[in-house]
Amino acid sequence: MKLLLQLFFSFFQVGLFSVGGGYAAIPLIQDQIVNVTGLMTLEEFTDLITIAEMTPGPISINSATFVGTRLCGVLGAVICTLGCILAPFIICLTMAHFYYKYRNFSGVQNVLGALRPATVALIGSAGVSILVLALFQSDLAGIQLSNFRGIEFVLFGVCLFLLRKYKMSAITIILGSGVVGTVLYLLKDLILL
Amino acid sequence: MKEEQSAAVTAEAGTRAAKSRREILWTLFKSMFVLSACTFGGGFVIVSLMKKKYVDQLQWLDEDEMLDVTAITQSCPGPLPVNASVIIGYRMCGILGSFVAVLGSILPPMIIISIISVFYTQFRSNRYIAIALQVMRAGVAAVIIDVVINLAKNVLKTRRILYILMMCAAFICAYLLDVSAMVIILTCLAIGFADLSVNLVKKRKGA
Repeated sequence: MKLLLQLFFSFFQVGLFSVGGGYAAIPLIQDQIVNVTGLMTLEEFTDLITIAEMTPGPISINSATFVGTRLCGVLGAVICTLGCILAPFIICLTMAHFYYKYRNFSGVQNVLGALRPATVALIGSAGVSILVLALFQSDLAGIQLSNFRGIEFVLFGVCLFLLRKYKMSAITIILGSGVVGTVLYLLKDLILL
Repeated sequence: MKEEQSAAVTAEAGTRAAKSRREILWTLFKSMFVLSACTFGGGFVIVSLMKKKYVDQLQWLDEDEMLDVTAITQSCPGPLPVNASVIIGYRMCGILGSFVAVLGSILPPMIIISIISVFYTQFRSNRYIAIALQVMRAGVAAVIIDVVINLAKNVLKTRRILYILMMCAAFICAYLLDVSAMVIILTCLAIGFADLSVNLVKKRKGA
C-alpha cells in the first residue's frame, strides 16, 4: 500500500512537470524512479527507455506501466498511469474549457492566428527529423552519406505518393511500410547470401 | 392528442440524441484506441494522425481548431497524445468525452507494455522487430510530411507576410537550432499579442 502511494506520487510529479512532452520526461522519470526512490536500477531504466522507444505510445505512459507492472503487477500499472495523467488531465480540461468559451472573440482569434504558423513549423520539424532518422539512422548533425538507405528512401517516396494522390489512410501507410520494408530487407539478405 | 404527439416527438428526439451521443463516444474511444496503438515515434506523429482522422475524415473539428488544440497540448504538461485526447473529447462530449478519449488513448500502450515487460530481453534483441521499427519510420515521415504540406499551403494562402515569416523562423528554430517547442509557442503568443495591440491602435486611430 505504501509502495503504491509512493508510485502514485512519483508519477504524479512526472506528469505535472513534464512540459514539452516525450523526451523532456525522461530525465524527470529517471530522477524520480532511479535517484529519489531507488525503485529501479540505472540499467533497468536504460532497458525501459529502449523499450518505450520501440513501442507505440507516450514515453511517460510506457514507463509508468513498465515500472508499475514490475513492482506491483497490473494494479501497479494502473496506479502509476493514473498518477501520471491526473495533473495533465485537470490542466488540459481547464484550458479546453476556456479555449471553447473564448475562441470566437476577435482578439483571441488574432492571437491564436499567430500561433498556427508556428505549430505547422513544429509539426514539420518533427517530420523532417524522423525522415532524416529513417534515411540516415542519425540526426542532422551525424549524417554520413555512406549510411544512406535506399529502401527507406523508396518507401518514403511511394508512401508520400499514395497519401497525396490516393488519400490512403495513415494507419495503412504506417503498418504497410513496416511490413513491406521488412520483407524487402529479408529479400536483400537472401540475395546477398 | 397534439400534446401527446409532441411529447412523443420530443422523447424520440431525446433518445435519438442519446443514441447519437453514445455513437460519438464509441467512435471517439475506437478512433483514439487505433491511433494510439499505431503512434510510433512521439507526439507530433499522433497530431498528424488526429488531423487526418478528426478534420479530414470525420469532420468533427476544423483545421484551425486542430492547430489551436496542438498548441494548447504543447503548452500543458503531460504526454501530448493524452492532452490532445482530453481536449478533443471535451469538445465532442464534455468531461465524459475527455474520460472516454483518454481511456482509449492510454489502453494500447498499457496493454502492449504489460505484455512486453514479461519477455523484454527477447523483444529488445530481435533483429526483425528492429528492422520493422526502422523501416516504419519512412511511412511515419511520409504521413507527417503529407499533413504538413496541406497545413503550410493554408498558411501561405493567408497571404500575411508576418505569418509566413513566422512559420519559416519557427521551423529554423525548432529543427536547426533545437529551441524547445514551449519557447517557440510562447514567443509566437507574444508576437500575437503585439499584433493584436497594433491592430487595436490602428482601429482607434481610424475611428
